[in-house]
Amino acid sequence: MSDLTETGLILNSALMIGFLLVTAAVLLSLWRLIVGPDKPDRILALDTLYVNTIALLVLLDIKLASSLYFEAALLIALFGFVGTVALAKFLTRGDIIE
Amino acid sequence: MDLLMESLIAVLILIGAAFTCLGSIGLVRLRDFYERLHTPTKATTLGVGSLLIASAIFFSWTMPGISLHEVLVAVFLFITAPVSAHLMAKAALHLRERGETGLPPETTLQRHDGSGRLSEDKDGNQDGNAADSG
Repeated sequence: MSDLTETGLILNSALMIGFLLVTAAVLLSLWRLIVGPDKPDRILALDTLYVNTIALLVLLDIKLASSLYFEAALLIALFGFVGTVALAKFLTRGDIIE
Repeated sequence: MDLLMESLIAVLILIGAAFTCLGSIGLVRLRDFYERLHTPTKATTLGVGSLLIASAIFFSWTMPGISLHEVLVAVFLFITAPVSAHLMAKAALHLRERGETGLPPETTLQRHDGSGRLSEDKDGNQDGNAADSG
């Protein structure tokens, strides 16, 4: 496992545990997105899913030792915020741009 | 890589992943929307912030120069998380006043009636509200 990256044993095991925990977080928020009883619950679950995806991309960057996915993480953060604001405005006003 | 820096990065990764997972567990386990709003907007943001600090330390240690991409993502997340939480809470309150969603259970009804508008719906709740204000 250490042929691609130069990370040591401690960092590799911490990365594996981190991947497990963050993947569990993604699955839990996905469950809330599917099950969630009301519309605000689904918006909240989608927002949590964006943030969890950012965490997953950051972990992948440390694992691959390349700063390839930071732009993707920044774009997900930006468009996730825009999407959350648009959905919340739509629920509040019935319209996004008045 | 130095053992001390590696352990520091590993501890930061473990803290961040644990807080991220706790945020999503709270999103699943808590009872109604206003309680569920707490964990993703606080615990998950803290967890991702810790992961980003770990990543910044890692790339500043391994690559030449100081890596500042992660600070950008962290600052953006820390600014936008309270704003989106506020907007979602406002949307949920609007939906509840219009009666499009079911009323939350009794405990949260007593906890969230600062405006006093909801206490007209229930007779039993009005007495408690008057006793609180008077």
